[in-house]
Amino acid sequence: MTAPVTAKSIGAVSCHVCGLLVSNRYIAEHMADCPRCDAALHSRKVNSLNRTWALLIAAAILYIPANVYPVLTLISFGRSTTNTIMGGVIELAQSGQMVIAVIVFVASVFVPIFKIAALLFLVISVQSRLKVQQRKRALLYRFTEFIGRWSMIDIFMISILIGLVKLQALATVTAGPGAIAFAAVVIITMFAAMSFDPRLIWDDEGNDNDG
Amino acid sequence: MEIDKNFSYTEALVACPECDLIHSVPKIREGEQGRCIRCGALLFVRHKNSLNRSLAFALTGLMFFILANMFPLLTFEMEGQAESNRLIDGAIAFWNAGYWELGIVVFISSVVAPLSVLLVLITLLLPMQFGRSPFSPQFQIRLLTHLKPWAMSEIFILGIFVAFVKLQDFADVSVGLSLFAFVLMVAATVMAYLTLDEGALWSRLKEIRA
Ligand SMILES: [Zn+2]
Ligand SMILES: [Zn+2]
Repeated sequence: MTAPVTAKSIGAVSCHVCGLLVSNRYIAEHMADCPRCDAALHSRKVNSLNRTWALLIAAAILYIPANVYPVLTLISFGRSTTNTIMGGVIELAQSGQMVIAVIVFVASVFVPIFKIAALLFLVISVQSRLKVQQRKRALLYRFTEFIGRWSMIDIFMISILIGLVKLQALATVTAGPGAIAFAAVVIITMFAAMSFDPRLIWDDEGNDNDG
Repeated sequence: MEIDKNFSYTEALVACPECDLIHSVPKIREGEQGRCIRCGALLFVRHKNSLNRSLAFALTGLMFFILANMFPLLTFEMEGQAESNRLIDGAIAFWNAGYWELGIVVFISSVVAPLSVLLVLITLLLPMQFGRSPFSPQFQIRLLTHLKPWAMSEIFILGIFVAFVKLQDFADVSVGLSLFAFVLMVAATVMAYLTLDEGALWSRLKEIRA
């Protein structure tokens, strides 16, 4: 099998902002950024795997306080209920709101774990030079990048509740420290997904004998 | 595939943003899209009147954004007392409660980024409509690329929805006028993005500058 023709193999770089194809010779001669949009040009994202690893480890550590600490407290008629992320899901399910409970469970519990696991798998598969199922891994990456932001539902929900429910003794909602850790997990995993370069999945395809 | 490698930079070829495979840019018809033959990533789309339509959607979005900030999103009533909130109140509430980090995150993702996306699109496309060059198209297009992941209005809507359901259990909640405006703002923004064809944008800029 002959090696596929990539920008890298013909000595060019594709601008990550506007997609213009610029030759390495031009970049070297002009010490240039992208001639069309002025973005800095990189053949591959800089230090992609190390950065993704570091961000994933940070996200995995923060995932623990995000789920252990309460994210909100409701005080109504002197009675106070404190919820963790999972507690909020269970409460929705118990009050018969199954559809919403499932949405929140998927966005807040499943997506963060799935995202960390998927990116770990992608990074490790690239580092171990796995050369199978590239198309499926590319799809996994695209999906992971797409779903990550949706975990912010809970943070927005909390921001609305604490802004709206402030009737002193009647009913008051306050945020808990778990919310900070949770938002940090979402944002750090978003950066992790952005740091990973999906082109690494395909690099060296067809060049079985090079190192 | 025979490829002329002797170029400084070229628009005749395009590398897949997700796998780097080189494709020659074909003449595709309006309404069609091109995908990478190796990994399936979207390479380009062609839309009829792309720039005009994108501008129209962005202006519509801005109008609804302004409306969305003028009225309450939700109103909450209990024992004769009522409280309502505006779009920006979520961020303020976090800030006042001492969670300033979350205040900033919510402010950026629900107010600053969605508004900036619309303003950047308008300041980019409106001058071009009159045959003039925007003040810095390169900077504006780069800004747009970086803003995009942080504008989370559509997720904010789901957040409102979940908050609404949670509150329904113990109080009277009603939907404010701003919620409708906000939903329409999100729809218009999504359409502005979907209709924007960056290839057409760069070639129109080139015409204007020539
Ligand atoms: Zn560029
Ligand atoms: Zn591809």
